[in-house]
Amino acid sequence: MKIGIMVSEGPYNHQASDTAYLFARTAIEKGHKVPRVFFYHDGVNNSTRLTEPPTDDRNVVNRWSKLAEDHGVDLVVCIAAGMRRGIKDEILAPGFRISGLGQLVEAGIQCDRLVTFGD
Amino acid sequence: MLHIVNKSATERNSLESCLRLATKGSAVLLIEDAVYAVTKGGTAAANIQAAMADLQIYALGPDLDARGMSARVLDGVKVVDYGGFVDLVAENNVCQSWL
Amino acid sequence: MSDMMDDMEGGEGVVKKFMFVNRKAPHGTIYALEGLEVVLVSAAFDQDVSMVFVDDGVYELIKGMNTKGIEVKDFSKTYRALDGYDIEKLYVEQSSMDARGLTEADLIVDVTVLDSAEMASLMAEQDVVISY
Repeated sequence: MKIGIMVSEGPYNHQASDTAYLFARTAIEKGHKVPRVFFYHDGVNNSTRLTEPPTDDRNVVNRWSKLAEDHGVDLVVCIAAGMRRGIKDEILAPGFRISGLGQLVEAGIQCDRLVTFGD
Repeated sequence: MLHIVNKSATERNSLESCLRLATKGSAVLLIEDAVYAVTKGGTAAANIQAAMADLQIYALGPDLDARGMSARVLDGVKVVDYGGFVDLVAENNVCQSWL
Repeated sequence: MSDMMDDMEGGEGVVKKFMFVNRKAPHGTIYALEGLEVVLVSAAFDQDVSMVFVDDGVYELIKGMNTKGIEVKDFSKTYRALDGYDIEKLYVEQSSMDARGLTEADLIVDVTVLDSAEMASLMAEQDVVISY
């Protein structure tokens, strides 16, 4: 089954991105496909490679990048929400790309499920 | 339909609204701060117990564990792990998050 | 379009029932504004789109907002433009209105008012639910 995901909050402030990641990883482990994760609202802040959490904490951004690398998950950052918040191509972590809101609607149309994680 | 609630019922009205608008036979999964609602002795417990007549109530175990609430879960609430969460999403045609 | 979209082929011509659920008041947070932006974009995909307003979401539709003093964009007039995008299915929940002392006359657009059971049924018949 294809499960699309939307993440609406940034890393660390809210648990949303953590839950979304653990859900996505588990779905893939169980044999489902997660074709796309769409980052919207403050969720766009999950995409910056400038993130440097303390070494004894999880690295939310790198975790998403690794999921993209290992399993071909398309990590899409909303361009409009990203521009508002200073997210640009030059600071994107590996595996993320910037695109339009149509990518969210497309995920809703083409995936069997769309699950939203937010505040 | 799978309803997903992630906010504490003593802070926000997400759970109350979800229970008001979930149709009979739906599944409701409580995650993150919403898991406090399925613990014994709280003000949300009576609402959860009443809702169990018409709805399947689930809570995410890792979130209960993280909050020290696993031993206080109401009878009749099904505790699932992330695998169970994924199964619920797969088994239900649509899921709605009550943010 | 990325390679990942190979996994997404086969969706052409599909019309799904999309519901956008608004439960938050405007201005205090950005969800109402950015939520509206998704709805406008969804119009280009020829889907069966509904917007519902429950709980504090009904405050998004109040007439007579003046945001000059807080120096933020007044996007409430955009709701009036929705029918130009063929987004005409706007629903509010009666009990959410009642709890806030509001009637249809207080709203900036024409809506269909549903009781909670009708709203529940409408939600249950959707294919995709996007909430903010």
